[in-house]
Amino acid sequence: MAGHSGESHVHPVSLYTRTLWWLMALLVLTVVAGYIPNIPNWLGVVIALTIAVWKATIVIMNFMHVRFSGKLAWLFAGAGFFWLVIMLAFAFADYVSRPWEPFHGWPE
Amino acid sequence: MATTTYTGGQKQNYLNWKTTLASWLFTLDHKRIAILYLVSISIFFLLGGLAAGVVRAELATPKGDLLTSDVYNKMFSAHGIIMIFLFLIPSIPAVFGNFLLPLMIGARDVAFPRLNLLSWYVFMAGAACILIAILRGGIDTGWTFYTPYSSSFAKGEVSLAIVGIFLTGFSSIFTGINFLVTIHKMRAPGMTWFRLPLFVWAMYATSLIQVLGTPVVAITLLLVAVERTFRIGIFDPSLGGDPILFQHLFWFYSHPAVYIMILPAMGVISEVISAFSKRRVFGYHFVAFSSLAIAIIGFLVWGHHMYTSGQSMYAGIVFSFLTWIVAIPSAIKTFNWMATIWKGRVHWDTPMLYALGFMGLFVIGGLTGLHLAALATNVHLTDTYFVVAHFHYVMVGGAIMGYLAALHFWWPKMTGRMYPEGWGKLAALLVFVGFNLTFFPQFLLGYMGMPRRYHSYPEEWAVLNLLSTAGSTVLGLGYLLPVIYLTWSLKYGTVVTERNPWGARGLEWELVDTPPDPHNFERTPIVTRPAYDYNHPEEPTGFVPKPRPVVVGGKDG
Ligand code: HEM
Ligand SMILES: [Cu+2]
Repeated sequence: MAGHSGESHVHPVSLYTRTLWWLMALLVLTVVAGYIPNIPNWLGVVIALTIAVWKATIVIMNFMHVRFSGKLAWLFAGAGFFWLVIMLAFAFADYVSRPWEPFHGWPE
Repeated sequence: MATTTYTGGQKQNYLNWKTTLASWLFTLDHKRIAILYLVSISIFFLLGGLAAGVVRAELATPKGDLLTSDVYNKMFSAHGIIMIFLFLIPSIPAVFGNFLLPLMIGARDVAFPRLNLLSWYVFMAGAACILIAILRGGIDTGWTFYTPYSSSFAKGEVSLAIVGIFLTGFSSIFTGINFLVTIHKMRAPGMTWFRLPLFVWAMYATSLIQVLGTPVVAITLLLVAVERTFRIGIFDPSLGGDPILFQHLFWFYSHPAVYIMILPAMGVISEVISAFSKRRVFGYHFVAFSSLAIAIIGFLVWGHHMYTSGQSMYAGIVFSFLTWIVAIPSAIKTFNWMATIWKGRVHWDTPMLYALGFMGLFVIGGLTGLHLAALATNVHLTDTYFVVAHFHYVMVGGAIMGYLAALHFWWPKMTGRMYPEGWGKLAALLVFVGFNLTFFPQFLLGYMGMPRRYHSYPEEWAVLNLLSTAGSTVLGLGYLLPVIYLTWSLKYGTVVTERNPWGARGLEWELVDTPPDPHNFERTPIVTRPAYDYNHPEEPTGFVPKPRPVVVGGKDG
């Protein structure tokens, strides 16, 4: 493959081990966060999702080599997430608008 | 490098250069992998067809007398699951995409030959799971696996079938990734994006859908299996889940999946129509971009399967509107094909008959899709035989017609033998007549309110159903004929040695031997003309450069 793609890079094993330890640490953090007492539900969700996004990012960047790849790989990786957004946006739009009434008392 | 002898006798080609079973099962040659897929999906097609035959036999009479309702449910589920996951989704991409993509862009193989072989093995493993699930008592959820029935109530090997679909899904993703990288990275010098044959554009769009959509359905179905096995509430309301969530996730993939089935067929039709009208495809850029438009907009319409599911009516309105928009690129293609034929010198060979059949039937299928897309008419028509007729017009009348067109068009290139033209035409005619006889009455039945997925029905629908069953026997005969005469032609068909028996344009016809050399091209070709340049018959689309003379000793030149 030509130019700036990842093949010519040599990746030290330490990159993978470091990533692995980060993931383990974040796993512990996830569990710990699950035990924080007396926080509102929504905050728990925000914390859990933030950690999850963090984990996914380092997997994609390091294990999947996107960090070392050309623009095209970034475009495709980005497209994957954009498509996820499409899926969530339309599905949530359904859930949000289900209770809306065209006029008061609908459907009676 | 192989020693290719181009003079007389038995030329070396991808079929005869190695003949052991292992040379097939461990091949990395995209052409041989295509043949592996061809053989396997042909068998699955016959199995799925058998199940359809049993369904139609039951529906020949109003009484549910041939099968119990349970067995009937299993029969149509087997039919749908086999036809969609084991035949239609792999059909054109895995067979003709694999065979043709490298030939059409001037490459030696796909980008990842090992991944390509792996995709076949994963596919076969998935197929084995599905078939075992069917043999061990069957699945009665339909191909849609709606929850909570599939996750909490259905008996039988639902989880095994789901694992099978999960595997075939990954096979499909592998193929998609492989094709995307191949098209981006392996085009021969001079093969610019807008010189690509439209089949390649169609495969590109298809691969995008496969890569972006398939993971969703794979995980969704796995969640059904998780809910079934561990009773973790995801979709079942009694466990705290939401059944409509399943429909969202399922159709997010499965609507785009219908374009996985039709886009490749559209690509084939562009090739066949231009080859047999001897004209450049009219509006090349529009046809190319309409494939991409379909791939992208196709992801925004899934809610049209859910108007009556309890989905918010506002979502329904938006999905309805977007569904009408997605019909536009299909219409663009159809008009451009007609403009291509218009004033062309049309040759009525078998592939062209199938292509013309495709155009007529796809238009009916697409337009009835618009009836279904309208919110108000959908409430009347949903879950009736009108839907069944609609999707068979697009999938059988569209996708399978395209598949048969491709099979006949590239058969001489793939096998070095010509199929018998008379039999080919007869089969095309039987398929067309049988198809319409089978499925047109179903529009009427659906409009009158006959629901889908029941094994008995009131007397007054007897005549139309009998017509439909009669038609299905004609259609079955139409499909059986090619199986027989194509197999026959492998041994007795006229030997084709010329590269370009149809006088078509394209690297696979102009620069590749019949059957192709294991390495496709002697050297990487150089492309000098746009696709379909029928106006300049004296100018080839590209050429294979001569080897540089080897100067012994001293410097070059
Ligand atoms: C012009 C384009 C199309 C439009 C507007 C359209 C619209 C629709 C709509 C609204 C439905 C839902 C009907 C219902 O269940 O109430 C439907 C069902 C279906 N369509 Fe299409 N469609 C189009 C093209 C296609 C194509 C190209 C294919 C396949 C190659 C296809 C395959 C299907 C299938 C399989 C179903 C039924 C799924 C099921 O419930 O089992 N459609 N279509
Ligand atoms: Cu759809």
